[in-house]
Amino acid sequence: MMEDTRILGSYVHIGAMERAASLLSSLRRDWSALLGVFIIVAVVAAATLAPVLAPMDPYEQSLSRTLKPPLWSDGEHIFLLGTDHLGRDFLSRLIYGSRVSLIVGAFAVLLSGGVGLIVGLLTGYFGGKVDLVMMRVADLVLSFPFILLALATIAIVGPSLTVLIVVMSLRIWVIYARVVRGEALKIRGMEYVQAAHAMGGSHTRIICRHVLPNVMAPVIIIASLYLGRMIVIESGLSFLGLGVPPPTPTWGGLLSEGRTHLYNAWWVATFPGLAITFTVWGANLLGDWLRNVLDPRLRSL
Amino acid sequence: MFHAILLIKCVLVVVFLLLHITGDPTAIIAGPDATADDIVRLRTLMGFDQPLWVQYGKFFLGAVQGDFGKSFEYGESALALVFEHLPASFELAISAFVLSVVIGVPLGCLAAFRENSLFDRSFIGTTVFVQAVPDFWLGIMMITFFSVHLGILPSFGRGSWTHFLMPAFAASTYHLARLGRLMRSQMLETLRQDFILTARAKGLPETMVVMGHALKNSAIPIVTVMGLDLGILLGGTVIVETVFAWPGAGRLVVQAIANRDFPVVQAVVFLLASVFVLINLAVDLIYAYLDPRIEYS
Repeated sequence: MMEDTRILGSYVHIGAMERAASLLSSLRRDWSALLGVFIIVAVVAAATLAPVLAPMDPYEQSLSRTLKPPLWSDGEHIFLLGTDHLGRDFLSRLIYGSRVSLIVGAFAVLLSGGVGLIVGLLTGYFGGKVDLVMMRVADLVLSFPFILLALATIAIVGPSLTVLIVVMSLRIWVIYARVVRGEALKIRGMEYVQAAHAMGGSHTRIICRHVLPNVMAPVIIIASLYLGRMIVIESGLSFLGLGVPPPTPTWGGLLSEGRTHLYNAWWVATFPGLAITFTVWGANLLGDWLRNVLDPRLRSL
Repeated sequence: MFHAILLIKCVLVVVFLLLHITGDPTAIIAGPDATADDIVRLRTLMGFDQPLWVQYGKFFLGAVQGDFGKSFEYGESALALVFEHLPASFELAISAFVLSVVIGVPLGCLAAFRENSLFDRSFIGTTVFVQAVPDFWLGIMMITFFSVHLGILPSFGRGSWTHFLMPAFAASTYHLARLGRLMRSQMLETLRQDFILTARAKGLPETMVVMGHALKNSAIPIVTVMGLDLGILLGGTVIVETVFAWPGAGRLVVQAIANRDFPVVQAVVFLLASVFVLINLAVDLIYAYLDPRIEYS
């Protein structure tokens, strides 16, 4: 049974319960996937429970306690990870910083996933002129160096949470659309789709009942694999001062503050980077596992 | 070829529209400190009061002659300014690319030849982790360690070969890890093919099997990835350049954005996007050469 779901991934309808059970059982045997799940759950928990978990107010400044080192290197016991250049508790800022990264990453992946899924389904299933035009648009999007375009757009429109999410979605919807289109094209030619058509099934019904369930695996895989990339890009933009504006803590923003204190306060640049790395690592481990279980053909993503 | 020219034209349209997304670019160029009077004067001075298509016509005619306007900051031609900064960017991008190929490809092959060995497993584990490390953070950490603590490498600027080491390595890690992983899985797939079995069955020595058959047939998909990587690197070592104060086009664009120097921003985006398009064209051509089954009409 396990082997079947592994190879087929999509083309056979398997009961949802059965599939969830087989996913769980493969998760239990894969320690790297477990680690990924653990990291992501921890970060999501930190972001949602930030007001409870953070030991202090992340915005409270005090010039009498600037750049205090972490607890274990001669720090004061109330600042576990030390303080920043304005005397704000660093651990609290780090915990709150996870919010922006996760929100931007998750919404970018979802928004672009929705757009890409719809475009891919329509172009792949119906083909024709729309298909041709959309694929040309996709070529155009992919012909831009992404970071550069994102920088220029944000600089002109002005940075905000929504702008970040939209700008990042502008690039990855294409990746979903291409993969979904290819799958939809293939499924369109399958006998069971032709049978459904011959039996009088409408296009809407065929798309929803037969095509959509079969393209969900790649969509989930792309979403999980690109979550990490989005978090890295978001923190890069914040690092350059084009992310969510201060005083809202973002990991990239904290990192860029730390850059000016490399000589006297190593922790300010170190911890945000560690936070980004581990979150992205968790997302990637999760994505790799989902790909191996759901659809190993997508390894080049 | 025609496709590439069309794409570059589209790039030009996007670069033009970029400044007009918010409707009126005058306020953006003038900045937050400008008075209402300033804005009115600037609008007529820059011609932003004319219809959009007239403005685009002027922009297009200028652009095809290599004229993106003068840099507000430096007073010289924006395009010339970008050209001055391109060599530094390309130097960094190409050294990062070479680094990722020279390290990633052999390690990936080695891991594939010893599938499931300790080396293979640690290779996979390491590459997955390395792909998660943001290049700019790695750069900062390297500066902290090698420049601040040990004082053995210069922390910023361009000059001797020692200036290269940290930026090139930081920019290459993600691509190195990804390329290595793809090389490994591609090689594994190739080694499972029938012609490898045939080659072994006819008594070919293992080195010949690997060099003559496996490597060649794994090359095709890898070349595409390498091309994409080179394009990405050439088009955007922006953040790494900023971290190491590397005097390239990426750092130029970050500074231009901070100074509201939009002709320079437009010129950089246009030039790097064009380079990106050309690299992709080259990849397509190489692909067709490596695999004659692919034809381009």
